[in-house]
Amino acid sequence: MTSILVFVEHRDGTPRRASLEALGAAAATGVTPIALVTGPGAANAAAPLSAAGARKLVVITGADHYSPDGTAADIAAAVEAHAAVAFIAAASSAGKDLLGRVAGLLDSAPLADCTSFTCSGGVFTVQRPILAGKALVTAQSQSKVCCATLRSNTFAVATRDGAAEVTTLATRGGKVKVTGVTAKGDAKLDVKEAAVVVSGGRGLREAAGFKIVEDLAAAFGNAAVGASRAVVDSHWRPHSEQVGQTGKTVAPQLYFAVGISGAIQHLAGMRTSKVIVAINKDAAAPIFKVADYGIVGDAFEILPALTEAVKQAKAAN
Amino acid sequence: MKIIACVKRVPLTDAQVKVGADGASIDPTGLVYSLSFYDELAVEEALKTKEKLGGEVTVLTLGASDASKELRECLAKGADNASILLDPAWAARDARSTAKALAARIVELGAELVFCGRVATDRDQSAVGTMLSSYLGWSCVTDVTKLELTATGGTAQRETEAGIETLAFSLPAVITCDKGLNEPRLAGLKGIMAAKKKTIDETKPLDVESAVKVLKVELPSARKAGRIVGEGAAAVPALMDALRNEAKVL
Ligand SMILES: Cc1cc2nc3c(=O)[nH]c(=O)nc-3n(C[C@H](O)[C@H](O)[C@H](O)COP(=O)(O)OP(=O)(O)OC[C@H]3O[C@@H](n4cnc5c(N)ncnc54)[C@H](O)[C@@H]3O)c2cc1C
Repeated sequence: MTSILVFVEHRDGTPRRASLEALGAAAATGVTPIALVTGPGAANAAAPLSAAGARKLVVITGADHYSPDGTAADIAAAVEAHAAVAFIAAASSAGKDLLGRVAGLLDSAPLADCTSFTCSGGVFTVQRPILAGKALVTAQSQSKVCCATLRSNTFAVATRDGAAEVTTLATRGGKVKVTGVTAKGDAKLDVKEAAVVVSGGRGLREAAGFKIVEDLAAAFGNAAVGASRAVVDSHWRPHSEQVGQTGKTVAPQLYFAVGISGAIQHLAGMRTSKVIVAINKDAAAPIFKVADYGIVGDAFEILPALTEAVKQAKAAN
Repeated sequence: MKIIACVKRVPLTDAQVKVGADGASIDPTGLVYSLSFYDELAVEEALKTKEKLGGEVTVLTLGASDASKELRECLAKGADNASILLDPAWAARDARSTAKALAARIVELGAELVFCGRVATDRDQSAVGTMLSSYLGWSCVTDVTKLELTATGGTAQRETEAGIETLAFSLPAVITCDKGLNEPRLAGLKGIMAAKKKTIDETKPLDVESAVKVLKVELPSARKAGRIVGEGAAAVPALMDALRNEAKVL
């Protein structure tokens, strides 16, 4: 029985959605998905992972403090123990960090941030963007073990009845250790994972101008705030919010570009969003060329009205 | 301490991309290259580390001979040596074959600290730095925004979806650099003149066959033309209507 090992991120046993999507992608190939979890509360993930398609679950024990190289060694050991033909993870910061480490340990070629992942006749074929989405590559893995990360918001979560068979594996430990995590001020959504992203640019004039952007994001509830590089460079917003070629690539259901001109490097990070709305006072701004809907005018007038309308729509639902 | 900064030249971020005649590559004609944005940070961090802990900095790349232009820019900023693993067919390499060749050269050069960029902004793989660490058996911290190093180890910070992570690690190590870590310096006239006289070491990289077969390269489908729904706050109802009834995203 050939299998795909899926690294699953979780918080106290609650799997992250992006990891469930990766599990779903594995299940969709027809190859048996095995989930691997590590860290405090990992065993609690058995039920949600079974329900999302995992046929087996490998729980790493003894890993109270996350070690990236230790986890990579654990994954490589589990891949070998189960003779898995592929290792996949979400293209999150942990997934990206693990991909090359595991691929190196397995002497395989990595494929990062895939938007398509299929297996036919034992051969894995992926599609992945390069040059920040300006081109798409379709490629076949010819490695012993296909190692890949998958873009979030791209693959469907699977469902399955029955319980995954649970096995444990003691961690090998690593040379690098996480000694602390300073959580974000509030439970803010990451731009890469939010269903709605409201991004602001230099048109907001100053850091305080982002109030109207934050208000609109709050009205949606499931929205994250994004930013152009111009405002990150001006220290109005943190780099973690930057969308674009040298920031994050996002593909939400709905993307708002507010006071953003639409430079090619910004477009590279958001052009695969399902629906794009541009709000800009300059009717000739290039952002309108990629937007599905646009409003020409002053963001400081339009956004408060839009926020009200969204609040009313949410209340009516 | 022997410090290496691994760098790569990539097409400028504002490049318009064309697909090659074989349908499985990027057409290189007309592309203008520069050092990948994050590799500039790697070079700067290598220079800062040398200033603090002593040692020498070598910039290392795998590429065609025209990459010597970018290496010379690094020499001008203060790197001591530059080394190029000469491969005219570098574009046919995958991350694994590149990492294996770089790892072999790093061992030859006897380094104990390697800086890379978080990602090269052409293939967007973020893989070579971490792969190097696996092949070398070294510590590795990625996407570093803050770094403190001693002669034996260090602590680093990186941004994750959950917040800011602090990591402790021992040397030797590979460190991949993210925005915020430093502000790359500009080369001075003196440095530029001195760099002109330096020789760039050229060696043949380890031959490793690619394990990724590219079947197709294509441009993403153009977005269908959208429309302006109106002007000013008065256009909000029209936008809401379009989002609800046309796009069905509300
Ligand atoms: C190597 C490199 C990498 C880069 N990477 C990125 C990246 O990752 N992400 C990124 O975003 N950029 C990136 N850039 C920068 C990019 O080229 C642009 O400079 C940047 O995106 C511009 O940001 P902006 O749209 O906020 O500002 P501007 O271009 O200044 O646009 C501001 C817009 O606001 C509008 N405006 C002004 N006032 C109002 C108002 N009251 N109401 C409504 N609209 C208003 C204006 O009409 C204008 O269109 C990169 C550049 C380089 C060279």
